[in-house]
Amino acid sequence: MSLAGKVALVTGASRGIGQAIALELASQGATVIGTATSDSGAEAITAYLKEAGAAGAGLRLNVTEEGACEAIIAAIEKDYGPVAVLVNNAGITRDNLLMRMKDEEWDAIMATNLKPVYQLSKAVMRGMMKARWGRIINIASVVGATGNAGQTNYSAAKAALFGFTKSLAKEIGSRGVTVNAVAPGFIDTDMTKALPDEQKAKLVEAIALGRLGLPKDIADAVGFLASDRASYITGNTMHVNGGMFMN
Amino acid sequence: MENIEQRVKKIVAEQLGVPETDVKIESSFVNDLGADSLDTVELVMALEEEFECEIPDEEAEKITTVQQAVDYVSANLSK
Repeated sequence: MSLAGKVALVTGASRGIGQAIALELASQGATVIGTATSDSGAEAITAYLKEAGAAGAGLRLNVTEEGACEAIIAAIEKDYGPVAVLVNNAGITRDNLLMRMKDEEWDAIMATNLKPVYQLSKAVMRGMMKARWGRIINIASVVGATGNAGQTNYSAAKAALFGFTKSLAKEIGSRGVTVNAVAPGFIDTDMTKALPDEQKAKLVEAIALGRLGLPKDIADAVGFLASDRASYITGNTMHVNGGMFMN
Repeated sequence: MENIEQRVKKIVAEQLGVPETDVKIESSFVNDLGADSLDTVELVMALEEEFECEIPDEEAEKITTVQQAVDYVSANLSK
């Protein structure tokens, strides 16, 4: 198992895509730390990891709290060792037409979906540089590439991840650290359940494979990028969307 | 115990992959020893570990030569 003995951190791991990613990395032998915004969420992560026979635990992390990202990396390093695989998955939506968008909706997206990617990546850098091995995988979105009405804030933050991914990949590549993004299409999760059925049906029509994606479809891509099989891939965005958008 | 200058030079040589004999007290990491900006960050990390101290970013940016590293460590090290 290629990730045996390595520590992986997955943010937003209590359900959906994050949970599938945590379990995939655990299946490769990693010690997995999953984060959730609530204590009950963190407990749920600990429980499903235990059920899967995986090492690791759930921890509470509110990425928008001052100093929280740095503090959790320090705590993980102390208890488990340096983070070798960082999956920036935590994300929220605050959809609105631009003309109706509130500053709070814009700011909440940037504070949750973008800034912590910078903060967590920075905090794990020292450990990865020393180890001469590391994987940073940013969960973006197809709408960062295609745009989507009602999601100027969300798509702007997701598109920003593409640039961040490429720049950091160039910065740190010489130290054996790869930085990639995975851009999910329309995945069947709580986030997309909020959409009206009519809109869903229309979206599925635009998917070449004719179905919604599953969290596992994203986790498989992340699992590949985290493994040694992907050691020559960096600065890339892997689109996992069933052919909804072809780059 | 080796003195601070010798310890610093040894770390510089190791980190930058240059022979220890090339590392002079006046050597600049970037101009003389071929370091890039990321190398200098790593060098500071290595100094922090060797001397068990934390070098703040604003101080680290000023350390560009062997002499400056020796001076910083000498001034900020209790042992």
